[in-house]
Amino acid sequence: MENIKFVIEKSARIDKLVDELYKKMPEIESARGLLVTESYKQTENLPIIKRRSAAFAHILENLPIVIREHELVVGSATVAPRGCQVFPEYSYEWLEAEFDTVETRAADPFYISEKTKAELRAAYPYWKGKTTSDLAKANMAPEAYDAFVKHGMFTPGNYFYNGIGHVCVDYGKVLSKGYRGIIAEATDALNKLDVSCPQYVRRHNFLTAVIESCEAVILYARRYSALAKEMAKKEKDTTRKAELEKIASNCARVPEFPATDFHEACQSFWFIQLLLQVESSGHSISPGRFDQYMYPYYKKDLDAGKITQEQAQELLDCIWVKLNDINKVRDAVSADGFAGYGMFQNLIVGGQDVHGLDATNDLSYMCLEAAMHVPLPQPSISIRVWNGTPDSLLVKAAALTRLGTGLPAYYNDEIIIPSIMARGLTLEDARDYCIIGCVEPQKAGKTDGWHDAAFFNMCRPMELVFSNGWDKGVKIGLDTGDVAQMQTFEEFYNAYKTQQSYFIKLLVNANNAIDTAHATRCPLPFQSCMVEDCIGRGKSLQEGGAIYNFTGPQGFGIANNTDGLLAVKQLVFEEKKVTLAELRDALNANFGYGIQGAAAERITSEVACSLAQQGVEINEKIIRVIYDEITTGAGLEESKKQRYREIKRLIDETCPKYGNDIFEADMFARDVANTYTKEVEKYKNPRGGVFQAGLYPVSANVPLGGQTGATPDGRLAFTPIADGIGPASGRDIKGPTATANSVAKLEQGVASNGTLLNQKFHPSALAGMSGLTKFVALIRSYFDQKGMHMQFNVVTRETLLDAQKHPENYKTLVVRVAGYSALFTTLSRSLQDDIINRTEQGF
Amino acid sequence: MDAYKTKGRIFNIQRFSIHDGPGIRTIVFFKGCYMRCAWCCNPESQEYAVQTLIENGKEKIVGQDVTVEELLPELLADVPYYRRSGGGITLSGGEILGQAEFARDLLRACKDHGLHTAVESTANAPFEKIREILPYLDLYLMDVKHMDSAKHKEFTTAGNELILENARKLAESDVELIIRTPVVPTFNDTAEEIRAIAKFAGTLPNVKELHLLPYHRLGQDKYSGLGRKYALAEIQPPSQEKMEYLQSVAEESGLKIQIGG
Repeated sequence: MENIKFVIEKSARIDKLVDELYKKMPEIESARGLLVTESYKQTENLPIIKRRSAAFAHILENLPIVIREHELVVGSATVAPRGCQVFPEYSYEWLEAEFDTVETRAADPFYISEKTKAELRAAYPYWKGKTTSDLAKANMAPEAYDAFVKHGMFTPGNYFYNGIGHVCVDYGKVLSKGYRGIIAEATDALNKLDVSCPQYVRRHNFLTAVIESCEAVILYARRYSALAKEMAKKEKDTTRKAELEKIASNCARVPEFPATDFHEACQSFWFIQLLLQVESSGHSISPGRFDQYMYPYYKKDLDAGKITQEQAQELLDCIWVKLNDINKVRDAVSADGFAGYGMFQNLIVGGQDVHGLDATNDLSYMCLEAAMHVPLPQPSISIRVWNGTPDSLLVKAAALTRLGTGLPAYYNDEIIIPSIMARGLTLEDARDYCIIGCVEPQKAGKTDGWHDAAFFNMCRPMELVFSNGWDKGVKIGLDTGDVAQMQTFEEFYNAYKTQQSYFIKLLVNANNAIDTAHATRCPLPFQSCMVEDCIGRGKSLQEGGAIYNFTGPQGFGIANNTDGLLAVKQLVFEEKKVTLAELRDALNANFGYGIQGAAAERITSEVACSLAQQGVEINEKIIRVIYDEITTGAGLEESKKQRYREIKRLIDETCPKYGNDIFEADMFARDVANTYTKEVEKYKNPRGGVFQAGLYPVSANVPLGGQTGATPDGRLAFTPIADGIGPASGRDIKGPTATANSVAKLEQGVASNGTLLNQKFHPSALAGMSGLTKFVALIRSYFDQKGMHMQFNVVTRETLLDAQKHPENYKTLVVRVAGYSALFTTLSRSLQDDIINRTEQGF
Repeated sequence: MDAYKTKGRIFNIQRFSIHDGPGIRTIVFFKGCYMRCAWCCNPESQEYAVQTLIENGKEKIVGQDVTVEELLPELLADVPYYRRSGGGITLSGGEILGQAEFARDLLRACKDHGLHTAVESTANAPFEKIREILPYLDLYLMDVKHMDSAKHKEFTTAGNELILENARKLAESDVELIIRTPVVPTFNDTAEEIRAIAKFAGTLPNVKELHLLPYHRLGQDKYSGLGRKYALAEIQPPSQEKMEYLQSVAEESGLKIQIGG
């Protein structure tokens, strides 16, 4: 028998809400885009912060509102379910260019009507030269811009084109004081403002903008109240009528005033969550420690007998569905990287309270239960783990993991708390951390973390060591000398560090240029009023109003570079079996294996274009020849091809690999990771904060790997780079404990913007109470060794089918059937089929 | 310490094993076995001699001589996991009693380091050998495959007299004893056969659990890799329903019956 706490029956309403939400393809709507344009045209003489609040007010006064069928918690940014609004003040050209393809693209398609296209086309010319993106480009040093846009050395594209998001505001403050209370706070600050204060103008403008924004939110909620009242009048069904009347009363009260019951608290939470995402286009707006700030309202109602656990669960489930009603259209390339309409609204349960005591409560369990009831992408649910975490909460989390949705992600208090304290947080604030977006820790309501500031592909500087700084025919890196002439491993390793440090410097320039552009053109008064100490300092979050300010760009490729450097050390300098010149040529020739897929097509067209520029007449036949040569490596002499393949074999079969609990290899990986993390932390941002590195690629290791040539770890050109801080794909062959031991050797605390370790399991490894408790023990043991984060892909039938097709990507996939564990890819086809069939049966 | 220099022959070390004793365990597989069970999923374990196996088209040497001292670092690498899960080390095979001295010294070294120890064994050896290892052992996972000696011999090449006698002796020691039965269609998957085993296990003092391990074919590929023919190629693994039925039959003995390890 499995003893899992808080198994609560799902209300019939929930599936109906989900059906309603998913009844058609998401749609792009024009309302917000038109309203912000209209407002901006009327406010050109105002300071920017006032233009922002005026625009926000204008939007909230006029944005169409809708109450969807069966809803108990209301408020939608779009009439169409899962629709999205647009934010031309950040950027717009890419969307205009993709109007005709956005509906049919493979990743995250959106319907857009001809009417919407026409309306937006009419509005867009106003924004020419006025966006944050335009200003960010102008702000950047030319070499930083080229390294980003033309050479893909790093990609701060997210904030270059969109809002920042990536914040957890003080939800609890709004629940307990209401926006009326925040208006009183701002008014008080205004009244106390000394007219002779040198910052009088800025502060005055900011505070009045806060007040205008909060009043707008209150009016918006009243519109919902009126709508609900009107719908209630017409409603024949008495149950629904009563529900609508309660909705009307909720929206009349919150978020203006403090919530008086759990239902009101849920509604108040939802308005905050929704409207943050109407004010700006940032994603990863994270609810944070929802189980903590919602608990008093639940407890009060439960104790008073006003609510049952089932009713509270239904309201939670409603919020889970609503979190999927928020959507965002991205450009086609980003959509590939974020596929699945990712909004990264991270909600975390459990962990310590500010006193260092365990904070687990009923809602911690019930949030996990909600994630089981509503298996949709949002929210990203996380769990904080420490020595005091009850096993029953972890068992509940493990049961959720077993469902195979990849949730929850597990975080280790014991490493994160000291790690962020080292960045200047107080002990109390550090204990109260939550997670933003993917894996980034911050203290809610006090931080502008600028997490996810850019992806930094650590394999690219390695490429530049072999090319001595050249890329695509241009010298973009530093001169580190001819690689063929390098005499020692230290010389080679130093060249890598030199190239990498240079591009980190350019990355900092690019980030700070974008940062400044947001402060100048898109400060956010509404968001800022819920983050300390914006009101006290009289400035927005974007101008440095928060107590804690960071910029967190994340590096990835540690495993590939570690394995590659170890191979160079052994094969070139110790055994002298390969020269660096040979290795360079082998990498350029992709180890004699040719190049496949989309990369082959891209390179064919590049070669054809360059030939055409040289005056060569290009026809279909020539293109065919180029393509064949690229895919088969046919242009290469046979002896060289065989030699390059032999070099790859030596790397693959004779060199140590990170991820197998080999002390020396793992400690070297630690050093490689530090070449990035300890360089990044030297820099400062314009908000008065510091840079802090993360180590995770989200899913960018695939598309950015697609732009990276072969690497000295034996990785073939344009294939994915290693995921997170884990071993390179297929390189770890000693099972999950050995992998975790290796990864725990990294100095993860320095990567205070977050780290990510993915592990794969077959669901049967979590079978029964015994499977769940052993799984919990695995997590606790990794965390005992100071691992920071862990998440699990429990393999599905689809994964196993893919493993049959691409066994090279699944070398370490362990499956178990009937008491026996085996490496899936080493089994015969028929046995693999056996196992796939059993997966389908839910083993 | 001389005991740390004792040498043995193993063919595999498997970390993160979760079905061979309590908690998360590391299994050391001994090479060499007294019997030749037709369904054996580790055919490369049977010969004591070092062998060459063809795996995925590549040659792989099976069998490696190591000392206790050389083995220890890898066995200790997962201590954090043993500690959190109540796991430890399991010696398996092959038949560990074929290298009883090595088994004893390896178990003793594990005990020196405070680890929980288990063995998987058929106990088909003189009891003196078993007595040697008991002081360093927490859990004996013992196979009882069939109560009819002739049928036992037909499928495993050995009769069951010594095995059953040793089971009775083991049951009187301080070591925890769990009886395990591989359920193999055509060999022992009838209600009568399972009932007989459960009845026997139920008579053993201090035995509280019987595990029924459903037959599987995951070792099949290794037979061809060794150039051998797999005798049970036509046999399908028992269904979940069948296993649950046999579980209910075995429960008549009053023991706790578990499907799988």
